[in-house]
Amino acid sequence: MKGANKDKLFQWVAGIVLTIGGILFVLPFIWMILSSFKMESEVILIPPTLWPKDFTLDNYTNLFQNMNFAVYLRNTMIIVLFSFFGMFLNAMAGFGFAKYDFKGKESTFLMVLATMMIPSQVTMIPVYLILNKMNLTDTMLGIVLPSLVGAFGIFLFRQFMTTIPDEILEATRLDGASEFRIFMQIIIPCSKPILAVQAILAFIGGWNSFLWPLIMANNERLYTLSVGLSLLKSQYGGNFALQMAGATFMVMPVIIIFIIFQKNIIENYTTSSSK
Amino acid sequence: MKGFTSRKAPYFFIAPAIILLLVFSLLPIFVALFISFTNMDLAGLADYSNLSFIGFKNYINVLSDPVFLKAIFNTLFYVIIGVPLVIVTSLGVALLINLGTSKIFKVFRVVYYLPSVTNVVAVAVVWTYLYNPAFGLFNYILESMNLSAIPWLTDPTVAKLSLILMALWRAVGLNMIIFIAALQGIPKSYYEAAQLDGANTWQQVTKITIPMLRFAIFFVSITTMIGWLQFFEEPFIMTKGGPLDGTMSAALFIYKNGFQLSNFGYAAAGSFILFIAVIAVTLVQYRVQAKESDY
Repeated sequence: MKGANKDKLFQWVAGIVLTIGGILFVLPFIWMILSSFKMESEVILIPPTLWPKDFTLDNYTNLFQNMNFAVYLRNTMIIVLFSFFGMFLNAMAGFGFAKYDFKGKESTFLMVLATMMIPSQVTMIPVYLILNKMNLTDTMLGIVLPSLVGAFGIFLFRQFMTTIPDEILEATRLDGASEFRIFMQIIIPCSKPILAVQAILAFIGGWNSFLWPLIMANNERLYTLSVGLSLLKSQYGGNFALQMAGATFMVMPVIIIFIIFQKNIIENYTTSSSK
Repeated sequence: MKGFTSRKAPYFFIAPAIILLLVFSLLPIFVALFISFTNMDLAGLADYSNLSFIGFKNYINVLSDPVFLKAIFNTLFYVIIGVPLVIVTSLGVALLINLGTSKIFKVFRVVYYLPSVTNVVAVAVVWTYLYNPAFGLFNYILESMNLSAIPWLTDPTVAKLSLILMALWRAVGLNMIIFIAALQGIPKSYYEAAQLDGANTWQQVTKITIPMLRFAIFFVSITTMIGWLQFFEEPFIMTKGGPLDGTMSAALFIYKNGFQLSNFGYAAAGSFILFIAVIAVTLVQYRVQAKESDY
């Protein structure tokens, strides 16, 4: 009985420690959101106010009317669409590696895995030079191409698709379906769980893309939200409420999507890291 | 689609991804190696006839560049302070969450994971505001507790620690998940046996849990270390590498020399040194991993 009491006490201590830590963890987000609804004059008050005195949406309208956030948002959405397309290419490659035997399969797959070790800081200078040679600097294509496909995505698709039974493929093949139709009509529907996770990660990756737009875009016409926000910070360094509105606008969609799909995302990591 | 035999099919499926990986991941390594031995700059970019081979001069210069040496020193500082902090904090959170039985502990997983998925630029903007010496929340809290204000981003050493604190906040989530997965892989029977022998919770944690997590701890320290080697957005947004290059990272050094000063050859030499460091760290990981699996 003594052990049970002790365990209960431990549960309470663990809960309280985690709660205090959790409050500290979300504090930057709460401060960001609350500050984004304050007037610029209220943000620099000492002592600071927690709750906005005059609740205002001015900072948000400012982003779109006086700054180019509409353009940044459009560009970011285009990049998100491209990252979905990249995910589709990853799925195709994963299928190729999972369900076929061909010459050079092992060494090609090893090469794919090896690219995971290459940091983007090493490739950023040469990739810029290569895209420059292809006349793709300062174009949307130049921004999306370098990070369109990824070894980790290919690897996860391959892992999942090897578990799809061969018999289903053979049966469809006997019915005279082409290989591409097998992929579209059998493999894709069977891969829904992994596609869901990959689609969420593709969205978050595209939404957050920063390095390549920063390097490739020569003017605001092609800026993404991340690049636009860093520009906003350097141009309006003292306008904290405006900066917090920009940050909230970037962070909230991801937080909402994450909270809705957190089970899939966290379990994806749990299963892939325990393998 | 008739001529599309299943012999050719696999190549059709892997071709787009493989071509993109070849052009944007593998080919760049060779291009970087090549230009690191040249004086590639804007003139060389415009007309390749302006390009000349200068041997190891870029490597010699970069290794004696005080800013690059500073960047390496800073990176070591980040690794030595940051890696243990990340491991202790994420492992601590993972242990508490894993030992909890109530449903509420599932909520904590989400709360602590949240900073990991959010945009690093937005987060850096928010933390710069929190760190602001005059209007920032952190100094206000310190002053209201009668503590002296901290020069969060204005002192070279404190600025490094401030960036580590923010990176820690972002790193806990993912590493906590890795630790939780590893914790759930430990057979329950080990603990039952220990309880029969009269071991208390602390003894169980130190004698069973921590040794069983050896590999997870090692994995987290390697990936965190590689992360620090590639540290870029945070110093780029928050400090521009300052004050006095106090937060300059190797990756930011490469970016500045390449894209702001257009010394592509010089930056490529710096990036190759970074690449060798990443490979060395990864090889150590594989060596130890191979050893671990002998058990």
